Amino acid sequence: MLKFLPRRLLQLIPTLILVSMIIFLLQQLLPGDPALVMAGEEKDPVVIAQIRKQYRLDQPLPVQYFYWAKGVLSGDLGESMRIKKPVTELIREKLPVTLQLATMAMAFALLIGIPAGIVSAVKRNSAWDVGANLFALWGLSTPNFWLGIMLIFLFSVKLGWLPASGFVSPFEDLGQSLATTVMPAFVLGNAIAAVLMRHMRSAMLQAMAADYVRTARAKGLLEKSVILKHALRNALTPVITLGALEFGTLLSGAVLTEQVFSIPGFGKLIVDAVFNRDYAVVQGVVLVTASIYITLNLLADIAYVLVNPRLRG
Amino acid sequence: MKPNSLLAGLGLALALTGAAHAQSTLRIGLAEDPDVLDPTMARTYVGRIVFASLCDKLFDIDDKLNIVAQLALSHEASADGKTVTIKLRPGVKFHDGEPFNAEAAKFSLERHMGMKGSFRRAELSQIDKVEAVDPLTIRLQLKAPFSPLIAQLTDRSGMMVSPKAATALGDKFGTAPVCAGPYRFVERVAQDRIVVERFKDYWDKDRVHFDRVVYRPIQDSTVRLANLRSGQLDILERLLATDVGEVKKDPKLRLATGTELGYQGITMNIANGEKANTPFGKNPKVRLAFELAIDRDAINQVVFNGLQSTDNQWVSAANPYHLSKFPVPKRDVAKARALLKEAGVTAPLPLDFMVPNNPESRAVAEVIQSMAAEAGFDVKIRVTEFATSLNEAEKGNYQLYFLAWSGRTDPDGNIFSFASCKGPLNYGRYCDPASDELLTKARSTGGQAERKAIYEQFAAKWLTEGGVLYLYHRTLLFAHAANLEGYKVMPDGLIRVTDLKMK
Repeated sequence: MLKFLPRRLLQLIPTLILVSMIIFLLQQLLPGDPALVMAGEEKDPVVIAQIRKQYRLDQPLPVQYFYWAKGVLSGDLGESMRIKKPVTELIREKLPVTLQLATMAMAFALLIGIPAGIVSAVKRNSAWDVGANLFALWGLSTPNFWLGIMLIFLFSVKLGWLPASGFVSPFEDLGQSLATTVMPAFVLGNAIAAVLMRHMRSAMLQAMAADYVRTARAKGLLEKSVILKHALRNALTPVITLGALEFGTLLSGAVLTEQVFSIPGFGKLIVDAVFNRDYAVVQGVVLVTASIYITLNLLADIAYVLVNPRLRG
Repeated sequence: MKPNSLLAGLGLALALTGAAHAQSTLRIGLAEDPDVLDPTMARTYVGRIVFASLCDKLFDIDDKLNIVAQLALSHEASADGKTVTIKLRPGVKFHDGEPFNAEAAKFSLERHMGMKGSFRRAELSQIDKVEAVDPLTIRLQLKAPFSPLIAQLTDRSGMMVSPKAATALGDKFGTAPVCAGPYRFVERVAQDRIVVERFKDYWDKDRVHFDRVVYRPIQDSTVRLANLRSGQLDILERLLATDVGEVKKDPKLRLATGTELGYQGITMNIANGEKANTPFGKNPKVRLAFELAIDRDAINQVVFNGLQSTDNQWVSAANPYHLSKFPVPKRDVAKARALLKEAGVTAPLPLDFMVPNNPESRAVAEVIQSMAAEAGFDVKIRVTEFATSLNEAEKGNYQLYFLAWSGRTDPDGNIFSFASCKGPLNYGRYCDPASDELLTKARSTGGQAERKAIYEQFAAKWLTEGGVLYLYHRTLLFAHAANLEGYKVMPDGLIRVTDLKMK
């Protein structure tokens, strides 16, 4: 079992090198000079020259990449030009925020999407099915920023139940932490729940029509057991892949939702960094999220094998 | 999970939220996350709002734009204007307990002037030497007389830092700034909050009423307002013009307004690269025709419900340096067409208009586009992200560039860098040696009346042939909780936290 693991782990190295090169090159293609942006309103030529020198912006691209890659290998992702803080420190600050938001959003998505998908498949063409499909349509077509603002108006402005925005660490104050993240997590989870529900439904329908399910029923197994033990287990494989990919996307930062709820996570960090041409931050954050994404894909592959015994060859 | 149980759990969380804010904390909503909190290295407007509670300056301005003493008590210039003596306030301490004295002031100014990467270098470039005359007196030796100097010291260049902390932290000073303001730095979580607490040894502590001030960057203006309405903020900056009506209607909120020190205008490409080689760049008559095609009041009404102060100068009408001799020209399409004809231009004349990517700028550009079309200009709007637009402006890849300037206390700060031949902000490369001479004379002359007379001579040419078409001065819009007392909008738009208290 899991013979593929060492090979997959080895594959990670060239993938990450390639990703780092692509990140570096792509952002150099962005128009705009970071030194000019950083020079403030006054644009003092002496200061512009100093910024170029300090951040090696006056050196050829391969040289810049070499120094950056050298730093990365020793755990130094550089320094934010804008707030003069090490990128690793910024990532350390933001990762728990993004992780908490992504986990809560995923919990919402799984709790809503999977049961809705199962019920909709099992009770096909019933009112449940129609209801679940309508929910999916709503979830997929509602823009996150709109839903976010509506929730803020309802729960913060009108009812005064929840803080309108911001973030509090759970280690600081668990209650307040949940209060600040529940709305953004629901907004994010809602859209993913809709996708999961649609996939769960079609995978379940396919599984329910399979021969082994008919056999299980013929053997006189309880319907609950047929659905949960036989059909669901097989139907989960594509949903796991999707879930892992969606989780990876959440970890790379939910830009609009973070913006609306003023959550200081990866999304907000990276967007601000792009607009300010804060290269080190963009490179560092994208590299970290790419690594997380690749790792999640690997974990999804491992989960397949655990869920589906036929893959354990 | 049932929604009811979820909400019940959150009810508890909410109770905790409420309790956390029961103490005397002032919560300020900012439109952006400030940059580094080091007065020498900082460059953003929102950063200046935070400094207003952290770092006192040698001088400050009052609500009428008069210069008043803060950490300094007085200043006196020598007869030749090349020496300025500043008396310092006694009994002032920095947040780390170190005394503020002439040595500390000398250290701070020299740090601003000489530190690698200092953004204050240009502002203080006329100072040749700083001397500590006695423990409470410094003397500034200038390279040449420089009348905007004291005004420069009302902003970041005049902020005093603790020499001990600044030496220890070096270029990391911004991560834990130690100054002599009413509040001391507690913590900063990037993009989330900056927390400062009352400094018990502040020299003017009777005017400090909150225990803490929390600055929260919330970029989305609708969400910023929602936070104020739901009681999570006490005051916010940069309210949207479209939200003014809503704030006025809400009995729990108050609107506060003031006119900015800066302006919004169009930079015209006169001599920067290939795109300047058009009748627009080469012939002042064509530029004048463009100005006559525009109705500033109509822009103000259509886009801003009449909130802005339309104008054609680099300082607003409230500024003592505003020149009443040069009123805003009225729209005159017939004259504009005649001028174009006189200049030998066959309409429509295409113009590349670079506009930053935000809804208000786009709306203004569209109104200008349709007005200019009537006079024979074919304005093509090119919406460009800000960082890119700076590069394009440097390269001269535009004919019109919609650009804002946040403004400075002294009029020199609004004009010299834009209109002098070698000015770093002269993107259109307007260059007129006679104008340069006048601008230099204005900054080395003392006395408001004398300087104003020089600016009048300069304006006669600049306002008809120059490189910037001024449109309006923005109204600074603030909203605050009705129970917040003592707030008044200052000309620089920065929120002074002293004197603020809850009813």
